[in-house]
Amino acid sequence: MKMKKNHSIKRGVSLYSFQEEYFLRKMSLEDCLAACASMDARGIEIIGEQMVPGFPKLTDEFLEKWFGWVKQYGLQPICHDMFLDFKKFKGRRLTEEEQLQSIVRDLKFANKLGCKIIRVIVSTTPELMQKAAPYAEKYDVKMGIEVHSPWHIDNAWMKKHFEVMEKTGSPYLGFIPDMGTYTKKLPRVMIENLIRKGASEDIAKFVTEAYENGVMSEYIVGEVSTMTKKPIDMALAESSRFYSYTNPRQLLPYMNRIFHIHAKFYEMVDEETEYSIPYEEVIAVLNEGGYDGYLSSEYEGNRHIQDVFEVDSVEQVRRQQQMFKKLLRENNPARSLGAVTT
Amino acid sequence: MIVEKETGHWKENGRIEGFRVGARVPYYRGLGISMIEDIQLSVDGEAIPADQLLVELHGNHYTLKEMESEPDDRWEFGEVGTIKVKRPGGLSSGNHKIDMLFNLRISYMPVNGIRRDSKTISF
Repeated sequence: MKMKKNHSIKRGVSLYSFQEEYFLRKMSLEDCLAACASMDARGIEIIGEQMVPGFPKLTDEFLEKWFGWVKQYGLQPICHDMFLDFKKFKGRRLTEEEQLQSIVRDLKFANKLGCKIIRVIVSTTPELMQKAAPYAEKYDVKMGIEVHSPWHIDNAWMKKHFEVMEKTGSPYLGFIPDMGTYTKKLPRVMIENLIRKGASEDIAKFVTEAYENGVMSEYIVGEVSTMTKKPIDMALAESSRFYSYTNPRQLLPYMNRIFHIHAKFYEMVDEETEYSIPYEEVIAVLNEGGYDGYLSSEYEGNRHIQDVFEVDSVEQVRRQQQMFKKLLRENNPARSLGAVTT
Repeated sequence: MIVEKETGHWKENGRIEGFRVGARVPYYRGLGISMIEDIQLSVDGEAIPADQLLVELHGNHYTLKEMESEPDDRWEFGEVGTIKVKRPGGLSSGNHKIDMLFNLRISYMPVNGIRRDSKTISF
């Protein structure tokens, strides 16, 4: 495949971002959709198992409401996030055939919701992707393996997936990179949460500095184990294992296999800055590569602050969307002239 | 996890059959209940034996053993279920400390997710 030349990055939101408010029944599914529309973020990503009670069933009544909201708020369903529960039964794994049927179930579900993409959970094997490709084609839903930290697009697991994409040649197989793989600084909200739970500030300082200097987690954990015996300090050191920073330019060779992006974030400190992830670098690379899919906001800071603050996911997502509006115009002169609308 | 306003005495036909604890699954999506590997409950430090826990979800009742082989019924995201313990007469009036543990078998996680909550509730 040839590198695409024209680009037009679009903005969307994964409703995962609003999980706190939905869990506590402060926001309904319709409220979540209305919030996206209020930010002019048109692409919707949904986790069926999160916000569609009765999953995988879709009643006519639900579908009528869903498409009613889509129309009313001017939205576009983009992606459904699937899970593969191969440990569904205690003591045995699902067979390959059962796993395939589970994927087909999600492809049908996405198709009925009007989503043209499913996010495939990272643990799904390349072999299974290959078997599922004809079904993806049948239901006209692309399957993107999520590239989630601590994996990254160049590691062995993703290389195997890439080989299968190339071997099958199917345009229905690709990647959904999660921008958490470009976490330059450990999330401050996560570190502060661990300090509230008793981690020492000195250890926190040591771990965050070492991470920012690119020290491998194994060394950070090893070093900290000589400094402290407190389990919460060790938990703080171990947390560095789940984050990673790689150069976003690593995406460039795979650009024509990337059809959706999880714009992960932990803390928007204002409308300009995500504390951990350098979005100006990331978006410059996506523009260079001609990415023309959605940046799908994925807020994941709630879990770190819910013990002391009332989570305001809508405000966090709004700030990230504001940042995207600015960055997308900066990097695409056509937009600032109004030639392309977001 | 522990939902205070759904916690209290379990009454039927005006009789106190035992006590009930409102619960939400501490995870970001609904789960087929066969993937809830274990639920543990203790009151004032006394662990309730597993076979005495009865889970009520949208009108359906399950023992933990029955949940093991039920992949289709789901504990939906944010849904408040009830864990009931038979104890005629209930708990003494006053404060009681409830400890709860959920053990979730999430396929993509290398090990099971263990989540705990603890609340003191007035009966």
